[in-house]
Amino acid sequence: MDSVILKTAIRFLMPLILLSSVFLFLRGHNEPGGGFVGGLMASGAIVLYAITHSAAAARQVVRVPHRVLIGSGLLMSLSSGLLPLFLGRPFLTGMWTTITTTGFGKIHLGTPLLFDLGVFCVVTGVTLVFVFSLLEE
Amino acid sequence: MLLWLLVILLAAFLAGGVNRFVGSRGGWGLALFPAGVFACLLDQWPLVLNQQNLSLYFEWVPALNLALSLRLDGLSLIFGLLITGIGALVLVYAGGYLKGDDRLGRLWMFLLLFMAAMLGLVLADNLLTLFVFWELTSITSYLLIGFNSDRTESRASALQALLVTGGGGLVLLPGLILLGGVGDSFEISTLLENSEQIRQHAFYVPILIMILVGAFTKSAQFPFHFWLPNAMAAPTPISAYLHSATMVKAGIYLVARLHPILGGTAEWFWMIAPVGTITMILGAVLALRATDLKQILAYATISVLGTLTMLLGIGTEATLTAALVVLVAHAFYKGGLFMVAGAIDHAIHQRDVRELGGLRLAMPATFAAALLGGISMAGVLPTFGFIAKETWYEAVGGDVASIGFLAASVLSNIGLVAAVGLVCIKPFFGTRTAATQAAHEGSLAMWGPPVALGTTGLLFGLMSTQFSGLLTAGSSAIAGSVVPVKLALWHGVNVTLLLSLLTLAGGLTLFTQRHRLGGVFKSADRFIQYGPSWVYGWLLKSINLLARGQTAILQNGYLRFYLLTMVGVTVLSVWMALEGEVRSHLKPMPLDFRIHELLLAGLILLAAVVAVRAKTWLLAVGSLGVVGYSVAGIFVLFGAPDLAMTQFVIETLTVILFVMAFSRLPDFRRLTSAGTRARDAVIAVVAGATITVLLLFAMTVRTDHPISDYYTTNSVSEAHGRNVVNVILVDFRALDTLGEITVLSIAAIGVYSLLMLRPAKRIAPGGDTNNAANGSCLTSTQSED
Repeated sequence: MDSVILKTAIRFLMPLILLSSVFLFLRGHNEPGGGFVGGLMASGAIVLYAITHSAAAARQVVRVPHRVLIGSGLLMSLSSGLLPLFLGRPFLTGMWTTITTTGFGKIHLGTPLLFDLGVFCVVTGVTLVFVFSLLEE
Repeated sequence: MLLWLLVILLAAFLAGGVNRFVGSRGGWGLALFPAGVFACLLDQWPLVLNQQNLSLYFEWVPALNLALSLRLDGLSLIFGLLITGIGALVLVYAGGYLKGDDRLGRLWMFLLLFMAAMLGLVLADNLLTLFVFWELTSITSYLLIGFNSDRTESRASALQALLVTGGGGLVLLPGLILLGGVGDSFEISTLLENSEQIRQHAFYVPILIMILVGAFTKSAQFPFHFWLPNAMAAPTPISAYLHSATMVKAGIYLVARLHPILGGTAEWFWMIAPVGTITMILGAVLALRATDLKQILAYATISVLGTLTMLLGIGTEATLTAALVVLVAHAFYKGGLFMVAGAIDHAIHQRDVRELGGLRLAMPATFAAALLGGISMAGVLPTFGFIAKETWYEAVGGDVASIGFLAASVLSNIGLVAAVGLVCIKPFFGTRTAATQAAHEGSLAMWGPPVALGTTGLLFGLMSTQFSGLLTAGSSAIAGSVVPVKLALWHGVNVTLLLSLLTLAGGLTLFTQRHRLGGVFKSADRFIQYGPSWVYGWLLKSINLLARGQTAILQNGYLRFYLLTMVGVTVLSVWMALEGEVRSHLKPMPLDFRIHELLLAGLILLAAVVAVRAKTWLLAVGSLGVVGYSVAGIFVLFGAPDLAMTQFVIETLTVILFVMAFSRLPDFRRLTSAGTRARDAVIAVVAGATITVLLLFAMTVRTDHPISDYYTTNSVSEAHGRNVVNVILVDFRALDTLGEITVLSIAAIGVYSLLMLRPAKRIAPGGDTNNAANGSCLTSTQSED
């Protein structure tokens, strides 16, 4: 689409949407959001960019090839399930730990976060495969 | 014990590299891995002799009672020693056999994977773990049998073995689950204590039948025996390992393992002993009919497997012990003899015994190995085979009632002795034939292992008393109570010795008079042709026909028919499930709608109608988008922000995808007739109505507490998250999510291959082939309009 206004707008909007997708992803555990929505929103941002500029340009923005995105996402989710196995707990048991940092105070970290990050990556990667395949048809 | 499995898996992992960087001599190095495990097992010997069982328990899926539990007792120890010991020799032998072949690394890897599966099988203490390893042996043996994948017959044989043993596995699984249910545990060691309860249970006979089908298919018992000789399509190192020493014994192992739990009843005896006896005789007869060295040995294996089944089926303490002794003796000589057959094949590319002769001088070491194996197989003093046969005859001949079994045993053994003649005498003596002119001795890797195995058989015979302890531990595990085993080379002159002599004399006579058998077999061929093998072929053909037929109907390539089928089947099954119950449960809906809810509902309906009646694709896509957004609006109204958010994003992306896909299609045009549209309209309305009724029904018939209560109460305490929806996705039902993202990824691969990997010619029609190939997948044909 050859609209200068849209092109320029997307240029500014895309980082914002990407940021909000990360925000959505991170707050997911306690408020509405999560890896699935976050991933969809991230891919939405990139899709907008791909439509207004070009698929090739969008690929440049993503940098990571989507098959890597999908593969590493699957691997992350799987490994978050395998981790408890090594500690003698059943597959996919949620394990939590608390890290105290100077800047952010206490941060709860758990395997579900890693799992959700995997979901995020897979969803983004899969959507991008769909869209880019169609765009580059 | 888990470490042992991991060591072998590590070796499997290294195998490819070893072949690339070290070459075929790497077999000696790779053999060190199983040899190390062998040594570790030997280390446990004293412990096992004291009836102390090493065990390991590791929770896997506690909700399914699935535990990775391993246990080492006498029976597992004997099997484990055979698997790793013979396995190490086979690795060395394979190095010699496939010297210089690129595929050697693959062969080693498959062999080691199979070894790990087999070792896991005999160590497993949990029925479900056992089953997992059981199926792993089926799969790895499929890879092994089909190793020469460029040959059609190899692939067919591999598939046959997989279908028969895998099909048996499918029958075995419900049997094991039922057994676990009846016995209140999946741990074999616990089941042993509940054996009385299991044998009294109404499900005892079904359990027994299902487990035996699994065991019989695996161990090639009649009528499932036909796959084993076909499996000889594999390279000989594989045959030597898999189909004589280990894999086919998996079924025997299972029967032996479960004997203390299920055995000792009339049903046990009648279901197992006759099958074993038939297989024993059949195998011996078919061995004489075969002319291919490996086929002869394969049928002889079937005969011995029949013997083992028969002995386990009779189930007295003496026969159980005899089964174990025969099993060990067989592993030694059959492994060795297969390697001999392989060495001959390797040297002169000929396995037909009618073409062989006079190899004695050309291949002296191989000849020695053949002799060592042969005298053990024939049961000649002082080999372990002799002791095995004595124990066997003595055990079977225990009382008058079993005189039939004794006669069958002697007969089958006469056949086997004649088969020994075919394998160990015919190729080596007499004059050289045209085929054997070029014969030469193979490398140490080729003749060392069979000589070692033959020598072991001899040593075991000479030092049998030293091994009595181990066999006691083994047979005690099979019998379920302590059974002392006393082996001795010389029992004095008695009936069994006379029978042994009779067997030898009969076998040698049969061997020298074998030309008279030709006519008999020829007339029998007509009946053999319609045996189980024919039934298998017929079944396979019918299933393929059926599959082709139903595929033509159900998957005819038209998307609208797929939708029709799916919607139709859903509607039908819903109504069948709801039949009769609906009217009594449906209550009128309370009519307290809010105005904005009604507005949204009206909008959805309106948009749907517009979508159907749209004249341009843009309008159709847009109205579908309106439907989606309105549904999201309903989610918002009823307090499901997560769902609404996802729905909004999904809807946006769907519209974008639709637009991108449709912009490439020709103008929106009605291609269907009015009749077709009317039919589709009816189906759509019926489907919609069905779902509406189903929803109303679902809302009124709730009888139990909704599961969401559990999630809301436990979300914060167990999963540390306040957003229940997300907690369900990433914690409570994370396994489902993992499955879903896997499916998503597979779908992505599907889309990618459909859209990107088209044949090049469609992109550049008429262009020359070079250009078309260069500008293949990633050429952008997007236009900027």
